[in-house]
Amino acid sequence: MTEFSPDSARAIDGPDWIVERRVAAAEAVSVADAPTTALEEWRYSPIDKLDLTQFSPADGLADAPMVPLHVEPSAIVRVVNGKIVTVEIDDDIASQGVTVGSLVEYPTGRDMLGDVAEGSPDYFTRLNDAFTPDPVVVHVPRGVVVERPVVISNHASGEGRAVFPRLVVRLEEGAEATVLDRHTSASGDLVLSCPVAEFDLAKAARLGYLNVQQLAESAWQIASQLTRVGQDAILTAATAGLGGGYARTRADTRLLGRGAHGDLLALYFADNDQALDFRTYQDHVAADTSSNLLYKGVLGGRSRSVYTGLIRVRPGARGTNAFQTNRNLKLGPDAWAESVPNLEIENNDVKCSHASSVSPVDDEQRFYLESRGVPTDDAERLIVGGFLDEVLNALPVPSAVPSLEAALATKIAAATGMME
Amino acid sequence: MSELVIEGLRASVQGKVILDGVDLAVSSGQVHAIMGPNGSGKSTLSHVIAGRPGYEVLGGSVTIDGVELLGLPAWQRAEAGLFLAMQYPTEVPGVAVSDMLMASRSTNLDPDEIRQAMLAEAESIGFDEKFLERPLNVDLSGGEKKRNEALQLGVLKPKFAILDELDSGLDVDALRMVSHRIEMETSESSLGVLAITHYSRLFEQLHPDVVHVFARGKILESGGPSLADELEESGYERWVGADPEPTESSPTPDPFGDPFADPLV
Repeated sequence: MTEFSPDSARAIDGPDWIVERRVAAAEAVSVADAPTTALEEWRYSPIDKLDLTQFSPADGLADAPMVPLHVEPSAIVRVVNGKIVTVEIDDDIASQGVTVGSLVEYPTGRDMLGDVAEGSPDYFTRLNDAFTPDPVVVHVPRGVVVERPVVISNHASGEGRAVFPRLVVRLEEGAEATVLDRHTSASGDLVLSCPVAEFDLAKAARLGYLNVQQLAESAWQIASQLTRVGQDAILTAATAGLGGGYARTRADTRLLGRGAHGDLLALYFADNDQALDFRTYQDHVAADTSSNLLYKGVLGGRSRSVYTGLIRVRPGARGTNAFQTNRNLKLGPDAWAESVPNLEIENNDVKCSHASSVSPVDDEQRFYLESRGVPTDDAERLIVGGFLDEVLNALPVPSAVPSLEAALATKIAAATGMME
Repeated sequence: MSELVIEGLRASVQGKVILDGVDLAVSSGQVHAIMGPNGSGKSTLSHVIAGRPGYEVLGGSVTIDGVELLGLPAWQRAEAGLFLAMQYPTEVPGVAVSDMLMASRSTNLDPDEIRQAMLAEAESIGFDEKFLERPLNVDLSGGEKKRNEALQLGVLKPKFAILDELDSGLDVDALRMVSHRIEMETSESSLGVLAITHYSRLFEQLHPDVVHVFARGKILESGGPSLADELEESGYERWVGADPEPTESSPTPDPFGDPFADPLV
């Protein structure tokens, strides 16, 4: 028996509507089969090793370190084990009607929660529905531009804790914002994090979203990012996947309005025994929509990565441009990467392509640098850094790049040093 | 005064012997030309000396001032004073020439000095400064890549430079600037040069002291600068004509050669 029962869902604080919602979701979960590797979408994952009986829903606040961000935010929400601890918001954006904070206290929060996610439920989004204690809402009214990033800083701690952060972002017509969503966990704690983020971009809205996943390697993550892009709206959604023992991120992007566009980016770096797993879905529903996906990853040690992506072009989506590229750099013989791109096209008037590769550090590139007197390890560090540069330079929160580069440099140094 | 000495060098690619006993000595300030038909293995000579992967050394030695290079990783050969200007400089995405030079052990300059030296070199060979922070060789024209090679040579100031077909892909003006710059290095910094080429046009600015005819994996004849003129006029027939070069019909399996090179040139 797991702790994830309707009774434990009912015990979590909140107004009646969310309690009812949680209980209904917990009931759905209790009769559903937990995923196994027998299912195609979990085939390359270690999901069989995820023993839910080891975990219980986080029921209280824990100590949270103030992890420096080096980003000057316009608002910052600190979330510990799924519960909002503090909310700070600049007066100038608050006075323009921008809301950042607790969703359950927000008048239209009830309608917004699950509005995007309902369309594509799975076991773990349901689990989040059932046990998310305190969803965060970011709501930007029509035409308002939030210049500096909104930061959501999530931390998880406590042995055997399962945490369910929830983020709901809605940009009304013509609104613009960037969101930095960071996830950390206490070193050494066996934690299961199942965050769900929902993004809703109305007509001509622009959202930049950067998810920085720096969980400890003792943590599991099964995350969902679900996005709806309206007419002429522009999404830039990026994930930096650095942490987690097993960390899966599912990103579904539905281009629902004519002329909607999505740039979908990820950089990831796995080392030691880490396994990083990405599933993307570029769903072109409306005409003249475009999406461009670039996921680049580096694998050191005995680490693994899986990329599975689907571009789907629906019958009405004439004039679609959709691209999908996944590149993996293996630093040693024991690293392993699987890349599975897919296209499903139901309209003839489209331009679509996919490309993927898994390769070691290029001998020619290494030799070129070495022939200039650059020692082998340093040459590899430069090449690995250069490989990720293309994604780093395109990230939607540029002010977060220096701290990411520093985190990457540490991982690169550890991974390339180990090769000798 | 330094010396690059190659003795009895033999090497193979994919089981096929390409270098079959090369003997050569270059002193500081000297320019030696290696001229030979395509497919003769002269580019292989440059790769084997520099330590490019993909070759098997079967015997012989390559030393700079008595330090054996064979067996050292490529970067230690560079540290010992060797520089290879490549025929086809490799693209390295995301790595700027400045990043590379600052990580090099072949120079004692600090980052500021490297930056100054890069700017001075760029100016002297007409290399646009904007390329200094761009990814190495990515989206550069053939001529810009060669200028980039010459710029690095100028900053790193090696004892010996091997120029592998420096003139290929260079327009006349660029060739003049780059070869003039290297000629200056031979007099100002006593750079020793091993210039591998097919044509003598490189030598309008860069004046060879010794010209070697290279074919069938070895040096068949050595002479003064006039030998280059003779080769320009009458070609390599004297060395390969009587005993047809077997590689003409089956080109050298050079793993880094130009796949589009005209085998009849």
